[in-house]
Amino acid sequence: MQGGGGGGRASSGSSNNGSMSTVSKAEVIEQDYVGLSEVSSSYQTNKRTQQEVEVEEEDDHGTELELGLGLGLGLGAKVKPCAWGDYCRILTAKDFPSSMASPRVSVAGTKRAADSVAQELGSNAPCQVVGWPPIRAYRMNSLVSQAKASAEENGTDATSNPNAKKSLIKTNHPPNKIIDINKKSNGKKEKGNGKSQFVKVNMDGVPIGRKVDLNAHVSYQTLAQALEDMFHTPTSIRPNASQEVEAMEEATKCSKLLDGSSEFVLTYEDREGDWMLVGDVPWGMFLNTAKRLRIMRTSDANGLAPRFQEKGERQRSKPI
Amino acid sequence: MRKMQSVEADSCVENRISSFPDEVLERVLVFVKSHKDRSSVSLVCKDWYSADCWSRTHVFIGNCYSVSPEILVRRFPNIRSVTLKGKPRFSDFNLVPPNWGADIHSWLVVFASAYPFLEELRLKRMAVSDESLEYLARSFGNFRALSLVSCDGFSTDGLAAIATHCRNLTELDIQENGIDDLGGSWLSCFPESFASLEALNFANLSSEVSFDALERLVTRCKSLKVLKVNKNVTLEQLQRLLVRAPQLTELGTGSFSQELMPRQNAELESVFSHCKNLHTLSGLWEVSALYLQALYPACTNLTFLNLSYAALQSAQLAKLLSSCPHLRRLWVLDTVEDKGLEAVGSSCPLLEELRVFPADPYDQDAIGGGGGVTESGFVAVSRGCRNLHYVLYFCRQMTNAAVETVVRNCPDFTHFRLCIMNPCQPDYHTNEPMDEAFGAVVKACAKLQRLAISGLLTDRVFEYIGKYAKNLETLSVAFAGSSDRGMQYVLEGCPKLRKLEIRDCPFGNAALLSGLERYESMRSLWMSACHVTMNGCRLLARDMPRLNVEVIKEDENDDTRAEKVYVYRSVAGPRRDAPPFVLTL
Repeated sequence: MQGGGGGGRASSGSSNNGSMSTVSKAEVIEQDYVGLSEVSSSYQTNKRTQQEVEVEEEDDHGTELELGLGLGLGLGAKVKPCAWGDYCRILTAKDFPSSMASPRVSVAGTKRAADSVAQELGSNAPCQVVGWPPIRAYRMNSLVSQAKASAEENGTDATSNPNAKKSLIKTNHPPNKIIDINKKSNGKKEKGNGKSQFVKVNMDGVPIGRKVDLNAHVSYQTLAQALEDMFHTPTSIRPNASQEVEAMEEATKCSKLLDGSSEFVLTYEDREGDWMLVGDVPWGMFLNTAKRLRIMRTSDANGLAPRFQEKGERQRSKPI
Repeated sequence: MRKMQSVEADSCVENRISSFPDEVLERVLVFVKSHKDRSSVSLVCKDWYSADCWSRTHVFIGNCYSVSPEILVRRFPNIRSVTLKGKPRFSDFNLVPPNWGADIHSWLVVFASAYPFLEELRLKRMAVSDESLEYLARSFGNFRALSLVSCDGFSTDGLAAIATHCRNLTELDIQENGIDDLGGSWLSCFPESFASLEALNFANLSSEVSFDALERLVTRCKSLKVLKVNKNVTLEQLQRLLVRAPQLTELGTGSFSQELMPRQNAELESVFSHCKNLHTLSGLWEVSALYLQALYPACTNLTFLNLSYAALQSAQLAKLLSSCPHLRRLWVLDTVEDKGLEAVGSSCPLLEELRVFPADPYDQDAIGGGGGVTESGFVAVSRGCRNLHYVLYFCRQMTNAAVETVVRNCPDFTHFRLCIMNPCQPDYHTNEPMDEAFGAVVKACAKLQRLAISGLLTDRVFEYIGKYAKNLETLSVAFAGSSDRGMQYVLEGCPKLRKLEIRDCPFGNAALLSGLERYESMRSLWMSACHVTMNGCRLLARDMPRLNVEVIKEDENDDTRAEKVYVYRSVAGPRRDAPPFVLTL
């Protein structure tokens, strides 16, 4: 369910552009508002007459957002900054060390020595705010477990539900969450993003193989579409006339590679050298395990493992 | 006997407010249902008080410690339905340690003898054990409706006891509880002869129930109107259930995910087209675009759509909304982004309530305006949905100008809860505090009852709130304010304030004590991680003996700070069941 981090980051909020300095200032103010900054310079102090506000100018910690709020869990200027998103989690009473005796409240306008706070926590203390944002524990837990599930599968299919897989109906439908997967990989900082992952693609009846960059795609749909385009163009079809005709006919059916309605199916060879039907596993998992692709005649595809289970559990059964 | 008493007391006709005999008055009062109205009725005069006591069948207790079960049963002898709320609201966010209290059991024991005909029990933030649930199931033969929201302490075994023994059960509603899910066999405990269920909600349970048992249950409960199943129910199974229960008015789908053949997809759509009575739809945990359209035929009469567990994108939402012309309440995840909210604005002219939850509250990539929804989505909704009166909005950036625009478009807000997820974040464009935003809210929205504020806030915002929020009843404050004056403004203004919950603000004893006269007319005050000290609390307790002033002390070493303070009025005196970390002053 990690759609929140999905695509379109750059576009949301037109104020993003050119507002880096504003943003960092906002962050800096935020740091100060927990009373952690030491450097004094005035920023809108005149607007807030009732409080002492000291704000750092651009600090060389970069623009990583620090959230050291309340509970004295903030980090001062001397401490390695962390983006609070890294470590935030809901704390329970058990998390509070019994020795935390110093005042922990630090909010707007209160100046507190960064030192004491930093000493208390050590330089690598994560930034944590209990119970914030105010979302019920139940909802938070279900978000967290969904996020975990997606993280385990490299951040794509957040909802790899084994129960869904239990369905007795096997189809060659593309995975359910095409659009979610799209959004998930788009813009998310995943390893492999930005790096190309070319794999060979061979099609039955076409002597010359091609290469396709898996990382340029975000879903099975786009990949299948690209392959269709790739094997449909005349240049990819070799001169042999009869083969050419055959190949063209075959090529027009490429777009149906994934739904099982064509004569061909898209398969891939995984790390262990087994050939599997494309489309059964979450996209991210596929990216990790696919070594090369083959557009195989359906008749030849009998006996392929249709479901990705743990290697030991995998059953061989005939695809539909 | 009772009648003679009242005749003796008020035998002179001029002394009576009305000349009706008590029985007539009681019959009339039956139609006064809201507990606030009932409260007013009971204050008119002794006769009316008495009539209310005898005729009241439903009682609502907003703070279980404000009254004791003994006092309750003495006053109201004929109660059939009880609603109880327990822990302070911030316990939902783990700010209250476990075993704090609010245990239902002592209530049940008293009810068992005083209200043997008890039919309904609705609990929120109470501690409920399996033993209590079994005790409940066995003690009340006529028991009909159980609703547990945000409770904890029980497991599915307790549910099994309910299913086994409550022969007349019509409603079982289990929502967002800290439940120990030991398996799904509880559902199979409903006897085969049991057919009275009208509402079943187990959407938040994680274990799979026997689908067979569920299907049989749904089949024989002809009056079933509300069915909310959990994630483990697949699309195909859901379809089978719907075939059995086309009369449903509220549906919580399971995961809504499965791989279906095209033929099945068409069947699904057909099944949904027969569900014309649906007005509420929720669930959709793993919904995919493919199957979402099967829902469209069922959406024509939808008034409440809860997509807060469905990670939809804007285009999917837009398409879905175009099938829901009568939508009044919409809950979504911020995966729909501003674009999705624009679709809300253009498709839902009748919308009254919008809640936008964050799909990924801790997404560091999104900090600084990277993800979710922003101020522009908020404005877009307000442009199209002029009837909006309830909003809960989680975002990562907001501006004063946007909020001003929103309340200009929608001045009828009764509930305005805005959560800018980074604490102390200023206006995204101007870098100023968000004081003016909430100032605009309280100035423009005269009917405002509930307000939750966030972002960078000085005392100014409280000055506005105190001055303008004449109907405000609930105020939630976090990481805001600059001095005691902030809280004082609120306590000096806001004549209707009932609940004030504050965390991580620089309010100290002066602020706390400035509200001495206010707290007795309020349900409760919560202050955590503020500057209040034990001495301040002791002063408060000493001066206001009818208040319970409780300090939650988790840190043994520091004797001076009052880390978490909970103050509430009570006619029951100090708690007798307080755990060691709760100090009653």
